[in-house]
Amino acid sequence: MLLIHCPWCGLRAETEFRCAGPVKPPRSEFIDKSDEAWLEYLYQADNRRGILEEYWCHEKGCGEWFKLRRDTATHEIMDGDTDS
Amino acid sequence: MRSDQRYSIFTLIGGAVRAHRNWKPAWRNPQPKKQYDVVIVGGGGHGLATAYYLAKNHGIHNVAVVERNWIGGGNSGRNTAVVRSNYLRDISIQFFDKSLQLYEGLSRELNYNIMLSQRSEVDVLLTTVSMRNMRRRALNMNRLGIEFQMLTPDQVRQRIPILAPMENCRLPILGGSVQERAGIARHDAIVWGYARGADSYGVDIIQNAEVTAIRRGEDGAVTAIETSRGRIKTNKLAIATGNENAAVASLVDLRLPLRCYNLQAFVSEPIKPVLDVVVNCPDLGVYLSHSDKGELVIGGATDAQQISFRKGGKFPMLEDTVSGLLELFPSFRRLKLMRQWGGALEFAQDGSPIVSATEVKGFYVSAGWWGGFKAIPAGGMTFAHLIARDEPHPLAAGYGMERFSTLNYLLEGGTTVPTD
Ligand SMILES: Cc1cc2nc3c(=O)[nH]c(=O)nc-3n(C[C@H](O)[C@H](O)[C@H](O)COP(=O)(O)OP(=O)(O)OC[C@H]3O[C@@H](n4cnc5c(N)ncnc54)[C@H](O)[C@@H]3O)c2cc1C
Ligand SMILES: [Zn+2]
Repeated sequence: MLLIHCPWCGLRAETEFRCAGPVKPPRSEFIDKSDEAWLEYLYQADNRRGILEEYWCHEKGCGEWFKLRRDTATHEIMDGDTDS
Repeated sequence: MRSDQRYSIFTLIGGAVRAHRNWKPAWRNPQPKKQYDVVIVGGGGHGLATAYYLAKNHGIHNVAVVERNWIGGGNSGRNTAVVRSNYLRDISIQFFDKSLQLYEGLSRELNYNIMLSQRSEVDVLLTTVSMRNMRRRALNMNRLGIEFQMLTPDQVRQRIPILAPMENCRLPILGGSVQERAGIARHDAIVWGYARGADSYGVDIIQNAEVTAIRRGEDGAVTAIETSRGRIKTNKLAIATGNENAAVASLVDLRLPLRCYNLQAFVSEPIKPVLDVVVNCPDLGVYLSHSDKGELVIGGATDAQQISFRKGGKFPMLEDTVSGLLELFPSFRRLKLMRQWGGALEFAQDGSPIVSATEVKGFYVSAGWWGGFKAIPAGGMTFAHLIARDEPHPLAAGYGMERFSTLNYLLEGGTTVPTD
């Protein structure tokens, strides 16, 4: 079982968290541009083997949203970013 | 098939008499040629089936399959081998049913025993969401003339006598569904059978050759690949690299709308026969079958939250799967698990596969095969058609990449998790 660092609660079990996918630029950066930019927003995800920055939520805990970095090849979790 | 390589009862007896010293390798191990009409990257089921159908159906024999490790060492060698065609959309139902039909004739066609066992798959349904989902599949499939039917709780119990009594349980059985023609096949045999078949038509199977770069001409068209065994020229490059498709496509600066998620499976110690159907329970996220060796082969639900390329599993997922298993079959509570493994499943944005030409001339993609063992025959047949004729096979016409820019989604869902 992995332990994940919630910026509010500290180290908690992975099962309390929800991963909301890779960090993307905000929707506003795509929506008013071309159709291609919008399609890019809809379809493309950073499907990378290696270290990926993601949004996570301490869903079954305090509800805090934060970013962390995780290695998609090993599931190892790097230090989270606490100021989001 | 070359006649000296055919397997039959007589060659078996001959082998026995000669202490099995007469068998030849089932495919050659050639040096790569300088140039091929078509190069397929990826020696999994899809790549090898594509090569076989290119030669057999389209007369294109100057073909290489380039595999970075050994053939069948990707997901084609690590799946739970369930074959079925109970999908949601008309196009998927027809595509996957064609695949099942091809499987039905494959042992004979390839002269190679793929050990297809059409023992049927019974879905045990515990919620109205799953009942509605499966009923919708049944209605759609029956409209297309394909067998799939709903079962009453009593009928479910008749088919799976060791199910828990479930009288005072959290989720009683509301009903079930069954596809009689579904079942399992031997995964390695699919890979080896297609490899042997393709080889007998002259296809070169080149192992230990990783594709590291793709060369293009001035017009942008593919001209050659660089591999760890040297440069190979070709004007038609087809990728079937399992969960590496996005990475390989990025070598020609193509971005494919794909994501990889983890799926895990495990097997128990061998036990006496207890289950003669494939059991699937979408509501508990578990499916299983009883192998010929006596082991229960158990799979879980896809962990569709986090991008993952890991080949192991995750403990919480294992725990979920096992608790689902024990809810259905409390009698398995002392069973030991012997092996456990996982793999990355590749999903396109809408859950349907991609069998497509691309904006890069001479570059073709077969991708998004998250449940794609069952799709190997039809996937290979339709991909070969596309590569040979530069037009999609009617069965896979909806699987082109243009659907993502025209918003023609083909939303599909698995059967291990409830879809709505
Ligand atoms: C645990 C698990 C259970 C599953 N259960 C089922 C099931 O019950 N039923 C079902 O239908 N499906 C199932 N699947 C899915 C199924 O295994 C896959 O859809 C199918 O095997 C895909 O076949 P493929 O030929 O596309 O890919 P693969 O078999 O993965 O082949 C791709 C090949 O490409 C090679 N390759 C990659 N990159 C390169 C490169 N740069 N150069 C050269 N070669 C390269 C790889 O080495 C690999 O051999 C399961 C998957 C998993 C992980
Ligand atoms: Zn918290």
